Amino acid sequence: MAITFELNGESKTVDVDPATPLLWVLRDTLNLTGTKYGCGIAQCGACTVHINGSAQRSCGIPVSAVNGKRVTTIEGLSKDRSHPVQQAWIAEQVPQCGYCQSGQIMTAVAFLRQNPNPTAADVDAAMSHNICRCGTAQRMRKAILRAATMQHGGEAGAKL
Amino acid sequence: MMATVEKRPPSRRTVLKTAAAAGGLLLVGFDTVQTAKAAPDNAPISPFRSWIQIDQEGQVTLMSGRSEMGQGISSALPMVLADELGVDWKDVRVEQAPNDVPRFGDQGTGGSGSVAGSWMTMRQAAAAARTMLITVAAKRWNVTPESCSIKNGVIISGNHSAKLGEFVAAAALLPVPDFKTLTLKKPEEVQIIGTVVERKDIPSKTDGSAVFGIDTRLPGMLYAMVERCPAFGGKVQSVDMSAAKAMPGVHEAFEIPAVPDVHSWGGVAVIADSTWIAMQARKKLQIKWDMGPFSNESSESLRHEFLRIVDSRLKVVIDQGNVDSALAHVPSARRVDADYELPFQAHATMEPMNCTVRFNGNNAEVWAPAQGPEWVRTTVAQVLGIKPDAVKVTTTLLGGGFGRRYQADFAAEAAQVAKKVPGKPVQLIWSREDDMTHDFYRPASYHRLSGAVDEHGNLIAWRHRSTSTPISEWWSPKDTPESSELGSSTQFPYLCHNYRLEYLPTKSSVPRAWWRSVEASTIGFVMEGYLDELAHAAGVDPLEFRLSKLDGRLVKDPISKDNRPLDTARLKAVLQLAARKSDWGTPMGKGEGRGIACHYSFNSYVANVVEVAVSDGRLHVKRVVSAVDIGTPVSPDAIRAQVESAIIYGLTAALKSQITIKNGGAVQSNFDAFSTLPMNETPLLEVHITPSTLPPTGIGEPGLPPTAPALTNAIFAGTGKRIRRLPIVPADLA
Ligand code: FES
Ligand code: FES
Repeated sequence: MAITFELNGESKTVDVDPATPLLWVLRDTLNLTGTKYGCGIAQCGACTVHINGSAQRSCGIPVSAVNGKRVTTIEGLSKDRSHPVQQAWIAEQVPQCGYCQSGQIMTAVAFLRQNPNPTAADVDAAMSHNICRCGTAQRMRKAILRAATMQHGGEAGAKL
Repeated sequence: MMATVEKRPPSRRTVLKTAAAAGGLLLVGFDTVQTAKAAPDNAPISPFRSWIQIDQEGQVTLMSGRSEMGQGISSALPMVLADELGVDWKDVRVEQAPNDVPRFGDQGTGGSGSVAGSWMTMRQAAAAARTMLITVAAKRWNVTPESCSIKNGVIISGNHSAKLGEFVAAAALLPVPDFKTLTLKKPEEVQIIGTVVERKDIPSKTDGSAVFGIDTRLPGMLYAMVERCPAFGGKVQSVDMSAAKAMPGVHEAFEIPAVPDVHSWGGVAVIADSTWIAMQARKKLQIKWDMGPFSNESSESLRHEFLRIVDSRLKVVIDQGNVDSALAHVPSARRVDADYELPFQAHATMEPMNCTVRFNGNNAEVWAPAQGPEWVRTTVAQVLGIKPDAVKVTTTLLGGGFGRRYQADFAAEAAQVAKKVPGKPVQLIWSREDDMTHDFYRPASYHRLSGAVDEHGNLIAWRHRSTSTPISEWWSPKDTPESSELGSSTQFPYLCHNYRLEYLPTKSSVPRAWWRSVEASTIGFVMEGYLDELAHAAGVDPLEFRLSKLDGRLVKDPISKDNRPLDTARLKAVLQLAARKSDWGTPMGKGEGRGIACHYSFNSYVANVVEVAVSDGRLHVKRVVSAVDIGTPVSPDAIRAQVESAIIYGLTAALKSQITIKNGGAVQSNFDAFSTLPMNETPLLEVHITPSTLPPTGIGEPGLPPTAPALTNAIFAGTGKRIRRLPIVPADLA
């Protein structure tokens, strides 16, 4: 069955089993591998993408559910790593192995859209359902607060 | 730490030695068009194809033989290179070297040994390049080599100055100087080492462009999964594959045998057009399993065995003084008897195991997120029945390693499936469930301690009897079983004249291997938790208690002569630093406590102070202050990141995760049952690094061992509840 959706600003049509989770359509059908598989049961957040602007776990969403919708993946966040969250991530030297980070960044971006002035506790609550096995939570927390400042016109600044 | 291994893989310790021994072979290279043509392809060590490549534009590239799994090695090694050569940090590029032992040396990454094992070779190679370039420049300018220096990629002598690239072609034709004759930069001349730089691997990890093994995409690539027996040691009795084969998008379904050398289990494989189809197809396999001889094993049966064995006559490994008589004469108030217990742990790397292979009939290409690419290569060759030379391995980024990716079981399976469809690349993927239920786990162990203090607070006896499911039984069966299990308890740092270690292994079918910090993760918890009990029995502050027993002597390992002596002065110094930075001794509120612990592992010294608050049975870990001495701190921010990471990994194991066994298999199969420390429970982490000019030692793991004991010691300080069994459960705090 053909399913059509907007992916990172471009219209895409895929012809796959409509029950296929969006995650695998992105990764295997469209070769967009920035979105990661970590658990397949909506527990880890590695597969987080935006559907019509809200953060969703693509491992649990059949591709049929995004028919006609707008999907943004990590690759579509910016052309040149210029999104404040990406910049803050680099400034705070967040990623270690990096595998969970696409999902973390997509979660953080959607969160900051809803809550542009978060406290550290807000950040904690929003990010606590994403797993990072490398233990980057402290740096992510700082990066998100930094990104919030940047979005209000503050500079990325140099941590280093 | 002491393991030697006859079977592959080489033990982590052996790997370090190999890397060092290969040092003399690792030559600096100059990548130029002329020399590339001039050198025969089979030259033993072709100098233009090694670690350091400099092209005629002056572009310096480090071909890194180490796997990048988040530890930042692709930045620490180029820092060393840039410094010794004299180029700017931003002008050095890093590329993952192809797996090629003659060219790049052993590429195993583990044992916290990448910087420690490569740093001298890297400096020498860079110094050789510097010397060769200067030789050419001096000649051309008619000046002495001594008058020349390289700064920011420019060679300078008096009024002369020119970019490196100008001399590359000529320098590449010179013989490479003997590394022993080179003058290395002195600590005061160093400019990049020890500074905070931006890691080179980070930008690509913020936009989805970083390529992990699982991201390998090749034209016509197929996807494979394997259904394995839920019980360890079981096998397929019969299988009906018809329903799976009938599914659209399924190419093949077939049995694969176990590969005993790598302890892969075998099972039934499916090859399909996509991961999702492979996942669905494997559900349609009708498999009748022969659960094998161990399907009765459970955590309860294992614990039963532990208790039986720890009560039996154990092998005496170390016996100094007379522990029994010291214990016999001490009043009960100053004697402590305690049992400690730790479970199996899974690595749970965020990227599940995977490997991509294309078998071309007489050769093969492999894309592997591997800590041991050389073992991957020989394993794939063995499975495919071709020569190792005919296998080309590309090491991708690793989505976490923690020791799991030292194995080659996933590579064996990938070769088995690729063999079925020659000419087509196949990506073998493990589901999270596969990954968690077919790991090589951190061993489970049981410890019985007896010890005593005298009326002055001296430690007068320490007896540590233990049993575990040893790693050696899986990977080095010819070694003594305890060789993989006792860690630095064979180098007891605290003054104590009566010291005895006893051990016997417990049989288990559960696969085991190296988990982050290996046996130090258990031994550190037991030693430092129990020591804290003795401090309290003596009525002495736990920090003071430790400091008073570290008198500056060097402690040799009586069992393994290879192990470096432990320097008690360095251990003492990190304790003092952690104590100072954590405001040790200042008053705290009700239910609040600080705990301290230190541990020596991988030749590094770490002390952690954990601060907790417990109210109504709820634990809040507030802060962890860590002090580390790892010799020269090459890349301080990467060091801090590694310690933060090791602390979180250690807290997760202390508070959240474990693997239990039922019916001969792992119970927990995904992150719903194997939980990790979330951000809202992540304490404030502070890492303090001791300045040093000693050779660097490892840091990927040593932050972990003192974490759990500092935590349980803090809980004791705050609540009076002593926890001796991990992970901590709510009942422990009630
Ligand atoms: S892969 Fe979707 S939440 Fe883990
Ligand atoms: S950076 Fe490795 S899992 Fe998060």
